[in-house]
Amino acid sequence: MYVAVKGGERAIENAHALLAQARRGDPDVPELSLDQIAEQLKLGVDRVMNEGSLYDRSLAALAIKQARGDFIEAIFLLRAFRTTLPRFGSSEPLDTSKMDIRRRISATFKDLPGGQVLGPTFDYTHRLLDPSLMQPQAVAAAPRAPAPETPTPRVTDLLGAEDLVENSPPDDDKTTADLTRDPLTFPAERPLRLQNLARADEGFLLSLAYSTQRGYGRTHPFAGEIRFGEVEVEFFAEDVGFAVPLGRIEFTECQTINQFKGTASEPPRFTRGYGLSFGQCERKALSMALVDRALRARELEEEVNAPAQDEEFVLSHSDNVQATGFVEHLKLPHHVDFQAELGLVRRLRADFAATTKPKREAAE
Amino acid sequence: MSAADLAYNFAYIDEQTKRMIRRAILKAIAIPGYQVPFASREMPMPYGWGTGGIQVTAAILGPQDVLKVIDQGADDTTNAVSIRKFFAKTAGVRTTTHTNEATIIQTRHRVPEQPLQDGQILVYQVPIPEPLRWLEPRETETRRMHALAEYGVMHVKLYEDIARHGHIATSYAYPVQVENRYVMDPSPTPKFDNPKMNDCAALQLFGAGREKRIYAVPPHTKVTSLDFDDHPFEPTRFDAPCALCGSRAGFLDEIITDDRGSRMFVCSDTDFCDTNRRAARA
Repeated sequence: MYVAVKGGERAIENAHALLAQARRGDPDVPELSLDQIAEQLKLGVDRVMNEGSLYDRSLAALAIKQARGDFIEAIFLLRAFRTTLPRFGSSEPLDTSKMDIRRRISATFKDLPGGQVLGPTFDYTHRLLDPSLMQPQAVAAAPRAPAPETPTPRVTDLLGAEDLVENSPPDDDKTTADLTRDPLTFPAERPLRLQNLARADEGFLLSLAYSTQRGYGRTHPFAGEIRFGEVEVEFFAEDVGFAVPLGRIEFTECQTINQFKGTASEPPRFTRGYGLSFGQCERKALSMALVDRALRARELEEEVNAPAQDEEFVLSHSDNVQATGFVEHLKLPHHVDFQAELGLVRRLRADFAATTKPKREAAE
Repeated sequence: MSAADLAYNFAYIDEQTKRMIRRAILKAIAIPGYQVPFASREMPMPYGWGTGGIQVTAAILGPQDVLKVIDQGADDTTNAVSIRKFFAKTAGVRTTTHTNEATIIQTRHRVPEQPLQDGQILVYQVPIPEPLRWLEPRETETRRMHALAEYGVMHVKLYEDIARHGHIATSYAYPVQVENRYVMDPSPTPKFDNPKMNDCAALQLFGAGREKRIYAVPPHTKVTSLDFDDHPFEPTRFDAPCALCGSRAGFLDEIITDDRGSRMFVCSDTDFCDTNRRAARA
């Protein structure tokens, strides 16, 4: 009996063998290839790369396969790998105004330089299950417009020309703190907050963003612009003395435009919230921008009274790898502490019985 | 990146990171009981499953070390097995279940019954390093409270226990004070183990991975459980001896043996219990 309640080495090995079998499922069904996952579950791969903080499509696809489609587990696998990689340095800042646009929309202007480019989107689809997808089928090539000749300026740059929206903070050459190399401390500056939000759980950010729209820390957002496409990443190489391109990766960038009454020293103007994600993760980028703006309440001298404005609350609980680990650790044995509590509750009950019994007798 | 490229360093963590963790450990030893922030890394085990302890162990582990890993006092609990295998695989070190043979003991929730020796290191896995967390959730506040040694709220909490129950109703994670300065969470060990932390010959290191904190109690340091003159700290006592080895010295697990309320009490420290039984047979 005593032995039976303890977990053994063999039991663990057997459980893992069973997991491997369950992962594969019915052997008569063809096994998933990583290409299939990367190509046909692309948005899932994008999400895993974002929250896993590693841009590598094939490893993210591997993580999804290994995790049996459990995204948080896949994110965890990717993070545990990422943390072992050597760090060479930081890339040059991305210039998203030079993005090869696949999609670009603005909710604040009907038309604008560069135009509204819908791109591949679920927006405006009718959410009717499509029975034709139950069988493999050929897909006709979609019509394509030629790439625009002129650049697509960011909406915030257009507004910034009139001083109607706050400027980007100047590039002060200060080394930006790195969340993965330094422990998070409070108060956290905006670059650190954005790093935290960039790897934060999409669902958590979505709910927080939603709460600000429903009145818990209202910030009156407009989707100034959402753009998705490829951007070149450059790295300053000490050896050659200039920035060399490392390659092109997909990003979604979102800038919200929010009202701001102004302060004693600042005239009224629009403020911004900022969201950036790998791949096409619009829900994440938009939610991130809303939460970023909400977290600027202290800096903009707004009243801080909602959860989304509370940086300790938001930043301490946004990471799903941390959250899932700690919630799920409750599955580990706790019988030593429970034994101590059991003894305590028995003692409290005995004390309770001893003090209430005489009273009852006295009443009789 | 292909699977063949995936190679790991001795004890998994890269040497740069180990140096960073060692600096935090040295600072922690220099300021007993003070929580040192450190840049905790992701580990291949989940947060809350010992990532802090694993990082501390990985940072101090050398090829000559002999490692023991316990969870709930036992060497054969699932998570202890998993962590022991992790270091056996990634560092190739010798592992043991014998407390007296180990140079490093990683533990969750218990202090071994056998007194630890000079030169041994006990590494605790810590879920919530902040003893004041349940009284004040904000770290910005609790750090200030520690800096000013403002521990009144903790005494008020203990006093309220006495007012309500007649005694301090905290049975585990019972707060301690280190060298009359920092109030420290002993990790959620049962308060039964608190006296063993005092004047302990071994170095005690505490790692909290998710919360990114390391703290330490150097050898032969004073560790006192918080109490009042008229309500002194009472260690947990058990009414019966261990049903297997007969010892009255250890913390006992309650094992339910059938569905009619039968139960037995046995040592939580499996090595202690085995050693007692072997000695009785000899």
